[in-house]
Amino acid sequence: MLVIDNLTKRYSTGDLAVDNVSLSVPAGQVVGLIGPSGAGKSSLIRCVNRLVEPSEGAIKLNGLDLSKLSRGALGKARRRMGMIFQEYALVDRLTVMENVLSGRLGYVGFWRSYLRRFPQADIDRAFVVLERVGLLDHIDKRADALSGGQRQRVGIARALVQEPDLLLVDEPTASLDPKTSRQIMRLIVEICAERGLAAIVNIHDVALAQMFVQRIVGLRKGAIVFDGPPDGLTPEALTEIYGAEDWASTISKAQEEDADEAETGLPGKTLASA
Amino acid sequence: MSSISRRWTPPPLIANRALRYGVYAGLCLYLLVAFSTIEFNWTRMSEGAARAGNLFAGFLRPDFTSRWDDIEAGLLESLTMTVTSTIVGIILSIPFGIGAARNIAPAPVYAFCRAFIAVARSLQEVIIAIFLVVLFGFGPFAGFLTLAFATIGFLAKLLAEDIEDCDPAPLEAIRATGAGWWQVLAYAILPQVAPRLIGLSLYRVDINFRESAVVGIVGAGGIGATLNTAMDRYEFDSAAAILLIIIGIVLACEYASGYIRAKVQ
Ligand SMILES: Nc1ncnc2c1ncn2[C@@H]1O[C@H](COP(=O)(O)OP(=O)(O)OP(=O)(O)O)[C@@H](O)[C@H]1O
Ligand SMILES: [Mg+2]
Repeated sequence: MLVIDNLTKRYSTGDLAVDNVSLSVPAGQVVGLIGPSGAGKSSLIRCVNRLVEPSEGAIKLNGLDLSKLSRGALGKARRRMGMIFQEYALVDRLTVMENVLSGRLGYVGFWRSYLRRFPQADIDRAFVVLERVGLLDHIDKRADALSGGQRQRVGIARALVQEPDLLLVDEPTASLDPKTSRQIMRLIVEICAERGLAAIVNIHDVALAQMFVQRIVGLRKGAIVFDGPPDGLTPEALTEIYGAEDWASTISKAQEEDADEAETGLPGKTLASA
Repeated sequence: MSSISRRWTPPPLIANRALRYGVYAGLCLYLLVAFSTIEFNWTRMSEGAARAGNLFAGFLRPDFTSRWDDIEAGLLESLTMTVTSTIVGIILSIPFGIGAARNIAPAPVYAFCRAFIAVARSLQEVIIAIFLVVLFGFGPFAGFLTLAFATIGFLAKLLAEDIEDCDPAPLEAIRATGAGWWQVLAYAILPQVAPRLIGLSLYRVDINFRESAVVGIVGAGGIGATLNTAMDRYEFDSAAAILLIIIGIVLACEYASGYIRAKVQ
């Protein structure tokens, strides 16, 4: 359970990126965070694992206040939070397996990790998640030899191998084609359900968000202006979040696509082919 | 559509016409004046021409044998100097390079390492060698210290810049897993900079060999000292042999490092 209390982030440049946000995400719930560019979505999720230092407010993960932790304690707490990035943020020159095992760095000492002598339990965990994301055939390939969809799967595997309580996902599909985007979103949502993970997913594609997440939070200029189920996103709500536009087509497209998905049958089985 | 062809020329560097021609005229004038102040002493040049004749004659008949003992000793000294100074230089340049990278080093460490690198780089090898020869006496130890010091300046600066140019996304990602500072270094930075670090280190091997010949001239031992002696004795044929050997070794280093660099990319 993640509880964010009156979180504010003001950068040293004076930009108020997150403005007094309170939000709680129970275990197992996937929240889609939408909002125009510059609304503060990335800043908000980076405050949670303190890649960005929050200015005010509290962030509690299972009761532990993350905003007050010292360096060392923060490192320990970060192990419980997996992060997935838009541009995958893999280390290109390392192999798939090394990238995935880097998710265990918080648990092993420096020399062990430097010499790639990970405990067998960690290697087993890595194999489990690699199988789950459908990459068992590529474990010794270098990360830069993969397609975008495969790279994002490595990113997901790296986050999962941490065995986190929370996933922070920053625009996971922004660099992917529509089909791969859906597969990746579906994978993330399914995994959260399987493992009972709370997740915050920043996403620009409103239709895609509506298709997969259980709850949508709309951010505008750093403040929450919408919080509700996906079908609560009326044209009025979208105007509130993004500003005036003709929203009818965006929403109806989403609903058609929903229908589409239903027709093409069971999701999840076609994952490994992307 | 109009078929009038419109002319286009690139805009001149200095837009103001008068200023532009003024600058050109000033430059020409300066060149003329500058040349007129150079003294050409024709008698000395003709004397020099005779010596140049000897020199080139010597170079056409390089003599490897009569001073071979000196040459061999000088060479060994230079090679030892090169290898040891490069290795020590690389080992020390890594902490300095990391310390001088703004994106990972704390501010005081950054300031100190940058200052050290600036000093190391602002002094030319020959000047360092003169100092160190005074401090430690003639011989290869002064040469070794000179080259190691210069290597630190060179490699640490380039390494620091490489680290600063690293893609920040993997850094963030590794940090977000709860990894410690050393692990971020080993997992996110090292893989990104390792190929260039290897390439630069190899490049530094042949720079150091060349420099070992130069610092020898000011007394820091090595093949440079042998070359200097040969020149002083007007033994141009031995000097030619030494130069040929230096060229040969630099070429060999060049090929070897090119080959290895291609392998590690
Ligand atoms: N490192 C930074 N320093 C200063 N200001 C920043 C920094 N990062 C973000 N900002 C500012 O904070 C505000 C929110 O940025 P943020 O990146 O969180 O938005 P976003 O909703 O993620 O946008 P996008 O959808 O384009 O990714 C912007 O006004 C931005 O200029
Ligand atoms: Mg963003």
